[in-house]
Parts: sequence; structure tokens; C-alpha cells
Amino acid sequence: MNIRFTLNGKAMDLDAAADRRVVDLLREDLGLTGAKEGCGAGECGTCSILVDGEHRLSCLMIAAQLSGRDVVTIEGLSEKDRLHPLQESFIRHGAVQCGFCTPGMIIGAAALLKRNPQPSREEIREGLAGNLCRCTGYQKIVDAVEAALLPEEKL
Amino acid sequence: MDIQIPEIGKSFARPDAAAKVTGAEKYAVDYYGDHLLWAGVRRAEVAHGRIRNLDTSAAARLPGVMAVLTGRDVPGANRQGIVHKDQPVLATDKVRYSGDAVALVLAENRETLKQAIDLIEVDIETLPGVFTVDEALKPDAPVLHEEHPGGNVLLKAEIKAGKGESALKDCHILIEETFDVPMQAHAFLETENGIAWQEADGRVVLIASTQAPFRDKWEISHALGLGMDRMRVISPYLGGAFGGKDGATVQCFLVLAALHAGGRPVKMWWNREENFAAGYKRHAAHMRYRLGANSDGTLQALHCRLYYNTGAYAHLGGEVMALGMEHAGGPYRIPHTLIEGWCVYTNNPIAGAMRGFGVAQVSFAIEQMMDLLAAKLNINPLALRKKNALRRGDQNTSGVTMTQSTGIGDCLAALAENPLWLKRNDWKQAAGPFKKRGVGVSAVFNAMGYGRGLPDSAIAKIELTEGGRIRVYNGVTDMGQGNATAFVQIAGQILCQENTRIELVQPDTDRTLPSGSSSAGRTTYTYGNALIKASESLRRKIIGRAALMLLADTLDHLELLPGRVRDLQSGREIPLEMIGSMMAAEDRICISQFLMPVVRDKLDTGKGFIIGFPHLIFSYAAHLACIEVDELTGAVEVKNYAAATEAGRVLNPQTFTQQVQGAIAQGIGYALYEEIKMEQGRLLTPDFTTYHIPGAMDVPEISSQIVETWEPSGPYGMKGVGEVGSNGPLPAIANALADACGIRLTCSPLKQERVLEALSQSRREGGS
Repeated sequence: MNIRFTLNGKAMDLDAAADRRVVDLLREDLGLTGAKEGCGAGECGTCSILVDGEHRLSCLMIAAQLSGRDVVTIEGLSEKDRLHPLQESFIRHGAVQCGFCTPGMIIGAAALLKRNPQPSREEIREGLAGNLCRCTGYQKIVDAVEAALLPEEKL
Repeated sequence: MDIQIPEIGKSFARPDAAAKVTGAEKYAVDYYGDHLLWAGVRRAEVAHGRIRNLDTSAAARLPGVMAVLTGRDVPGANRQGIVHKDQPVLATDKVRYSGDAVALVLAENRETLKQAIDLIEVDIETLPGVFTVDEALKPDAPVLHEEHPGGNVLLKAEIKAGKGESALKDCHILIEETFDVPMQAHAFLETENGIAWQEADGRVVLIASTQAPFRDKWEISHALGLGMDRMRVISPYLGGAFGGKDGATVQCFLVLAALHAGGRPVKMWWNREENFAAGYKRHAAHMRYRLGANSDGTLQALHCRLYYNTGAYAHLGGEVMALGMEHAGGPYRIPHTLIEGWCVYTNNPIAGAMRGFGVAQVSFAIEQMMDLLAAKLNINPLALRKKNALRRGDQNTSGVTMTQSTGIGDCLAALAENPLWLKRNDWKQAAGPFKKRGVGVSAVFNAMGYGRGLPDSAIAKIELTEGGRIRVYNGVTDMGQGNATAFVQIAGQILCQENTRIELVQPDTDRTLPSGSSSAGRTTYTYGNALIKASESLRRKIIGRAALMLLADTLDHLELLPGRVRDLQSGREIPLEMIGSMMAAEDRICISQFLMPVVRDKLDTGKGFIIGFPHLIFSYAAHLACIEVDELTGAVEVKNYAAATEAGRVLNPQTFTQQVQGAIAQGIGYALYEEIKMEQGRLLTPDFTTYHIPGAMDVPEISSQIVETWEPSGPYGMKGVGEVGSNGPLPAIANALADACGIRLTCSPLKQERVLEALSQSRREGGS
């Protein structure tokens, strides 16, 4: 079917099978490999994307569901050469180890900050509960999200 | 990214982080390629049996199927294995666990691949299986490997020191207990995968998520009969591994597939269920302990019988058990020991390397034995550990003289001053209704490097590029631990260059040099030592060549500075770009090899081990867990956690803390709920719903204290820190549980239903 949607600020008009998984569409057809696949069942969060600003799992969505939506992947979170404050903060606070969960984690954190601009550490943990990380033990991820709340000069 | 000249000892943001946060970093799994074929295998789905017939014709006829290959199509020995070559690439006669592969399919897309795999008909005559160590060791037990002289015993070994177990009879106090730990999954988020293709000249290129690209080449060459010059293995950054990608996963399948793909790229990517079913696991173990001490708490004698359930094939099973045995007595002085080990084949998934390689298991046992002893003597468990802690100059429980940095005493001293320890009684008393609180400690250690019998070597290569940049050719995989970061720091420190001028090449058998596997806490230590030498050579070389261009008749006044060499007397400078463009390609490269030192004691024990015993260098940690138990549900929550860790000098406090916190989180999962469950060889935990790993809500804030010592053999005094943290949480939490409720669980994980049952039993006994 023909699907029109916005992807990282760009209008898309493409033909895809209606039931093609969005994670495959992004990774295989469009070359956007920032969204990962860690379980294929909505349990790990590595395939996270933003759909109309909300946190969604691209392994559980099919292409037809993108019609008319505004989709942002990790590749679209930074603006030109300027990293998103969360991305800066993840680098600075050592929130990245193997990095495989990182794109999904940052997408999840971006959605969280949109819902709740001043979360406590406990609320950050709750907000990221659907994104698994096997390397960090989460503490530095929480540090990074917390620090990203501060005015930029303090980052 | 901040521009800075990296300094040893200062936190330094990982150079790989920028590409990882934007999604730009390409892991093996992110490679697709034009005209891609997908490969997958049909697995036996029978735990033990003889293949009577294998019919691939229907699969081969399916449109979109490029090839269906069986064991008969494997051109070489069709055997894989690091120490023992006992595992077929594609089984031809017998299957020994449900994940054994019997046929390999190449298809145009994933849907066709799945259909074709389902169309393969395997007729297997089921044989009785053995799943536990007890079953496997029965005299009339079915045998997995008929040709193996030891029957189901892959390896039997012993370590003896002093008078051995006979000293137990002279001890004032004897503690006896038996412990069991389950299989654990690595649960790295990037499952096993790779992509391979054949070049026009017939060479095969393999990009794989692997911890050991150079060893893979040897393994593929043996299994497939392909010359080592006929392939190239590339290992990008891994999406986690923790030991689970240290050995054959997709490698032989993909190279074999590439040989039948007419030059098209072939991709294999195990899904999560396949990862749980066919990936490596941490060994389940059964451990019988007898520990003897004097009435003042001085440890005297230890006898252990350790049984490691190694699954269907040898892989690294014997070596994992060897390391477990070497650590079975903890980081303590125990003059008389007998440690016996049996590594046993069963019809389960293959057990192998996992962070804390055999040591996480025995730590559960010895560290509860220490608390049992402390309780019996009515002394504080931390004080008992301090009293017996190894010091430099002591002999450890294998009889090896501790000649290197030995900081367990310092770790315990640091923990004794931690507010969580000092104020533990107040904290415990503040528990709410139906809650019980407890505080437990553990003292752990973990050897670094391969140990005797296998050279632990790395070959560093560093280049001044034609464009005046510094390029480090890293030969040892970065699976997330950050060794590549340390290499940028080392090169930057020695060459006085900004991080933005330093490039990394990740392991590639055509470009980097053999530097061993990414394992055993050895990556930064071994390659780092080699890189120090190579970087110093390059520094001298750059200055020497600059002298020619600066017309300097002595090198004494020349200094390598960021981007340039300066004559400090004349003030003249020459940029690195000019030096690089002047030098011939072969002149711009420096190479250096480092070989880890080994134990020099002449030991009359451990002769059963093939490789990997004994070890010279260890890292140490003391852990403290504060837990709260819900008396109504049995749920255990870790409320606070502290670790004091000694791994020599710290090159980068940020990456050091990452390793400590991450290992503890994995250890908390291992302690409380992680457990691969099988029924007659069939997997019952195929996904993250049934195999729960800790999420952000399940891990407390972890206080990580660095206890620095100096390891004279290490690069800038460092030792590996990746593994030791995994060993502490399970025993610390078990000890905290005993402290909270007076129940001692000797079987892990300490899951809710088990705790609840123990609480009811304890109430029944208390009431009777």
C-alpha cells in the first residue's frame, strides 16, 4: 500500500506491504539502523521511536499504522550537527556502554521529559522501566537524564 | 565531544559514545547489503537422539530458497570447539541438545527462510537424556560423547594445598553445607548475528558480533577446511556479550553459507528465542563445602566437591570450572585445601564463559560459609573476613604465592567505614510493618588473564597517518567494556595528542593484529601494555623524523606537542601533517607485542587442567547489600548497595564505575530471579517475560568506591575490573536475607516463592 507520513521532519511517500513491521521498514528499507531489535516482542525497548511525540515500539507496529503520522527516530532527534541535550548528557555522564539500548533509551527519555519535564530520579526510573539495559545498571542513565533537565550551560 | 588531551587517571568520555547516541554506530547487525540472502538453521528440537533421516527436498524446492545444506556439505572437519573439538557445525549422526543444528538454509527473505526451515523433515530416534549432574554421573547413564574416554565427565580435576582435607579433623569448628546455582543467560541485547560474502577472488569476508575474531578464523578454518588466508573476520563494537560471544555462534554457518551464495551477502540473526535456546549459558553448579577453622576464626582447611553442568559440548566448560576451583576458597588464607571438580556433559544448552567465569558460582558458596562460621563464632562477618583476607606474600588456596597487588583487605576496610555498614542497625530497625531488613556482605575476587598454558598476548599497532592523525589498530573486541576508550587515553597521553586527532580501527583480521579474545578482564591490561610500548616507539619515531625536517642535530630539544613537533630552543615547529606526508607508509607504523607474566611457583597440583591454571593477578571487591523482605509475599528488594573495588590503579574513573555498577546489576538479577528453566532439555524461558532481567526499577542506587593499589605489571598500574563485580551480589544478598529473617537459602535464585516457603518453614519450626 501507499503510505504517507513524516519521518524525521521529511515528508515520506512510499509503497510497502501494509503488514511490514515498522522496525524492518526503518532498518532494511530506509537504512535507519539506529532503532535496534533486541526481542521482537515489545519487551526490551531497543526499537523505540516517537510517533506523534509518543514513545512507541517499532517492532510492534506495522507500516499501515504510520499513515499520516509524525515519526521521529534517533537519527532525527539531533538537529543538524547539534546533538539533543539528552544525547550530550548521555555522553558526558557515561550512560553509554555497549550502546545497543542507547537509541531506544534516549527516545524513551525524550518522551518522558515531554510528559513530565521535571521528573525525580524515581520517576525517571519508572519512565524508563520499559527500556532494558544489560550493561550499565541504569544509574548513569538516570544521572544523564537528570542532568539533561538543567540549563544547558550547566551540562 | 569535548576536545582534550586524554590523561591517564582522569574521567574521559568514551570516543564511541557520540556515534552510539545518534544511532550512527554500525554494529554487525546493522549491515545488510545489496541482494541480501538470509540464513537460518533447522535445530534438532530433541535433546538426545540419533538422526535416522533428514529430508530437505521440500525446503529446497520452495521458491526463493537458494540452498539447503547439511553436514555432508561441510567441507572440513565439521567440528568446532576451543579446547576440545567435539561440536558439529551441522550434526550428521547424533544430536545432543535441542539446539543442535542439522541443516542450514539460504533464502531470499526472512519469511521464505522460516517456511523452508519448517519444511525440513528430521527423523530422530530419541535417546534417553541426562539433564542434571546426578543423572549424568550414574554408572548406567546414557553417554553423550561415546568417543570421550571420561564418559559424561568432560574434565575431573583437583587442587590440593597443604595437608588437604585431612586437616579438617584437627579443626575446632567445622561447617558443612551444600549449594546450588542455576543456569544464567547473558541476555545481551544484540543477539548473535553476522553477515558474510565471498569476494571475486574467492575470499570470504565475515562481519560478526564476536569476542574473538582471530580465534574464529582458526575455528572456521578447522571446521570448514578453508585456508586462514581465505577469510577475513571483522568485529565491530558489540551490543553486549559478557562471555556469550566468546566462541562459535554464527561464524561457521555464515562462512559456509557464503561459499554457496554466489558472491551475495548472507545475513544470519538469531532471534531472542534462538538466543535463549542455542546461545551459551553460565553453568549451573552443585557445590558441597566443608570448612574448618580455629575457635578464634582463623581458617584452617577446606574441602569442596564442585559439579559444573556443562551442557552438550565442551566449549570452555573445563576452563570455566578450573577458574571456579581456583576461587573456591575465596580471597582468604586457608593453608590446607582439597578442591575437587567434575565438569559434566548433559543434554542441555552449552555452558561457557560468562562474566565471573565459574567464580560467581563458588562465591555464593564460600561467602555463605563465611557467614555461617561468623554466626557460629558470634563474630562480625566483616571482621572474620578481614582476619583471613589474603595479603601480598601469602599463599592462596591453590598454593600460589601472592606476589602481585592484593587489595582485598583494603576493600574490606573501606566497607567497614561505609555509612551503610556503620548505621546498619538503625536502618534495619526502621523497617515498616510486615517488612524485615537485613544487611549482608561478601568478599570476592577474580583472576585476570588466561592463566598458565595459554599465552595471554596482544599485539598493538599504531600509525601516524599520511594526514598527520594517530590511528590505533585495536585487535581486541570492545563489547561495551570500554577498552577502546582506554587505548585512546593511552595513545593520547603518550603522544600528547587531542582526542579528536586519534582514530580507532576495531578488530579486523586484515588490518589489526592478533590480540586474543575480549575476555578474562584482560583486554585493557594486555593490549594496553602492548600499546604503551608501541606508542612510545611512535613518539620517538615522530621526533626522529621531525629532526630531519627541522635540521636539528640532536633530539634533546624536540618535543611532541598537540598536532606538531617543536624545537624548544629555536621555537621552530613542524605540523604532524607534514611529518606524516613525508614518511613512507611502512615507516609510519609501530608494532609491539606484550605477553602477560605467569605464576612462577612450582605447584604439584592442578594437573588435570589442560589450560587456564593457575593465575597470577586478581582484582578484588567487598560488597554490601541492604535488603528489605516482604514477609507476606517473600519478595526481596535491594534498597541500597555499596561496593569497594580494587583493580590496581584506575585509568578512567567513569568507565571503571560503569563496569562496577553494570556487573552488580547483572549480579542482582542472578541473585533474585534469573534462571534458565528447562524440562527434559526443552526451554521454558524463551523470552524476557519468562526470563526476567533487571529493569531500571529493579536496581538500587549503587555506591561504588574505588580502592586504588598499584599493580606493577599493569599499564599505568591497572588490572581488569570487568568481572569481579559479578561475583558479589548473590552472596551479599543471601547473607542479607539470613540477617533479615534468619533463613539461609543455599539454592539460588532467591526468588519470591522460595523465600516465602523458607519463611513459612522457619515459622513452623519456630512455633513447634
